[in-house]
Amino acid sequence: MEVKKENRGHASLRPAGMAVLAAGMVLLVASIAAAISAGAADIQFSAVWRAVFHYEPAREADRIIMSLRLPRELGAAVVGATLAVSGAIMQGMTRNPLADPGLLGLNAGASLGLACLFAFFPHASFGAKMLFSFIGAAAGAGIVFGLGSLKKGGLTPLRLTLAGAAVSALLTSLGEGIALYFKLSQDLAFWSAGGVSGTTWPQLELVLPVTAAGLFLAVLMGKGLTVLSFGEETAKGLGQRTFAVKTVLLLIVLILAGTAVSLAGQVAFAGLMVPHLARSLVGADYRWILPCSAVFGAVLLVLADTAARTINAPYETPVGAVVSLVGVPFFLYLARRGGKLR
Amino acid sequence: MKKRWEFYFAFSGAALLLAAVFIAGMASGYISLSPGRLLATLAGRGTDAENLILYEFRLPRMLVAFFAGIGFAVSGAVLQSMTHNPLADPGILGINSGAGLMVAVFISFFTSEPSSFLYILPVFALLGGIAAAVLIYVLSFKKGERIQPERMVLTGAGLSSAFSGAMIALASHFNRDQYDFIARWLAGTIWGDDWAFVLALLPWIAVLVPVVFFRSNTLDVLSLHEHAAVGLGVHIGRENLLLGFTAAALASVSVSVTGGIGFIGLMAPHIAKRLVGPRHRFFLPVAALLGAVLLLGADTIGRVILDPSGIPAGIVVTVIGAPYFLYLMVKN
Repeated sequence: MEVKKENRGHASLRPAGMAVLAAGMVLLVASIAAAISAGAADIQFSAVWRAVFHYEPAREADRIIMSLRLPRELGAAVVGATLAVSGAIMQGMTRNPLADPGLLGLNAGASLGLACLFAFFPHASFGAKMLFSFIGAAAGAGIVFGLGSLKKGGLTPLRLTLAGAAVSALLTSLGEGIALYFKLSQDLAFWSAGGVSGTTWPQLELVLPVTAAGLFLAVLMGKGLTVLSFGEETAKGLGQRTFAVKTVLLLIVLILAGTAVSLAGQVAFAGLMVPHLARSLVGADYRWILPCSAVFGAVLLVLADTAARTINAPYETPVGAVVSLVGVPFFLYLARRGGKLR
Repeated sequence: MKKRWEFYFAFSGAALLLAAVFIAGMASGYISLSPGRLLATLAGRGTDAENLILYEFRLPRMLVAFFAGIGFAVSGAVLQSMTHNPLADPGILGINSGAGLMVAVFISFFTSEPSSFLYILPVFALLGGIAAAVLIYVLSFKKGERIQPERMVLTGAGLSSAFSGAMIALASHFNRDQYDFIARWLAGTIWGDDWAFVLALLPWIAVLVPVVFFRSNTLDVLSLHEHAAVGLGVHIGRENLLLGFTAAALASVSVSVTGGIGFIGLMAPHIAKRLVGPRHRFFLPVAALLGAVLLLGADTIGRVILDPSGIPAGIVVTVIGAPYFLYLMVKN
């Protein structure tokens, strides 16, 4: 019954999805341009255009744009897109409207991984940081999902949230212990407060291919995810090998969320909010939800990052706090409505 | 009368355990008193140095841990019965992070000299904790419905995350000393360790814990089904409000001197219920003692391990408590 309705809706959704996606792209480009021109050094739009397409190292504005602002905004866009897509996958996979990588132990695990790295290899490269974030995030998510699925009945939203809270508390504590003992709480805090201000081109060169691959894979898995989101029984009935699909999806989530965490620290709630927004625009088909989430997630983070560096200039407000400002009321609203937006 | 014997047995067991932890805490660490010298010092026959160690360094800290442990345990027990949620804990419900936020606000707006705010800080933490509790209650309240435990837990998790976010935002301007202080505070260090804190804590515990104990029968009824409670003539709204406020106040007061310590409020009542059954009259006193044992033990372990800086008690508690929580969650 459910499936039939989706199929009927699907034909009419395709142009709508296209339109939403295109509008999102335009919005993304516009917000990146606006973000580059906003800030301490006032820069015209035309100068942004000129710097990107006719780079002239002698001009100061060009240097600011190319070495500081552009990588930063690209970093924000990457973080937003990866968080939103991993949130969308988690929500579809667990059928849990409140799933968010930040609430499920991924961030805490990554920060424990980084605490270990900072403590034992203080001068590690960015690549090593990424690797340790991945390992930590994988451990955190693995424990939460493992525990959540130990019991029959699987992962109810409440059980997943609780397991996430407890595992996060545990991993955070271990990380804090290491940080306090090695006297690096503040270094770690700066990292975990979240922020893309320090994004450099070499980092982006490392991150962009990984992200692109992850996002591409995610969109490829869109159909499988849609089927899975009807429920595991239905998916099996439709001939899906659910275990394989779930494993691949979980790997994608780890890659994406691990990248986001290693680049920007802890940014909660972006992965929660954006998929809901996308769903309300393009319907329940993950082939459209995933790309739309990526684009809107990127827009959200670019805007949030711009707000973060202009609200209280010259200080940087952590971008995670800005996102939470919108995200927490959204979360509370959803929790109140039992997970349904409308 | 089998129950009563079980209770006496468990209660004296817990008391013995408490004494053992106390003696072990004294005998360990950088400066220590052996059990024999401890007895002599208590009897008034100690040297000046021994008197100093016992009465100025160790005893106040241990008493703070003792009272705060009782506060956490009783608060957790009340929250669990009230919300019908075996996993309720003041830490998980966001009371800790509310208090933490207020501490950060205080440090960032008023002063950066730890010595000058020593005695006002707990007041701020208390306000923060109670404000968080009120906010959780208001936000998970729906007109014409009883508070749903699930919604309350979810709201608590969300708010807790919001408070931590706001706190980190504030802390990003801190200098290194301020930051170290707040990091240790959040991780749960018993930092209020002189007699003033014992005196600040004592009246709250001395008033609020008996309030809860005298309501044991009400709590028994409340933890039953709602209709049963109404049928037995319990004024649910009023009792819930009173007990809720008591639980929030106990947790906030305790948090204000120990920093962010979670999971004691979860563990102590559970262990106590296993030992003496679900009747509040029996398990509350045992839970209170066990809470004190847990916090004292965690503080001692944290103090002794990794000399000289030690690790905060809160970390020790979490490392023990979180797996226990997960075990309960999987089992129930």
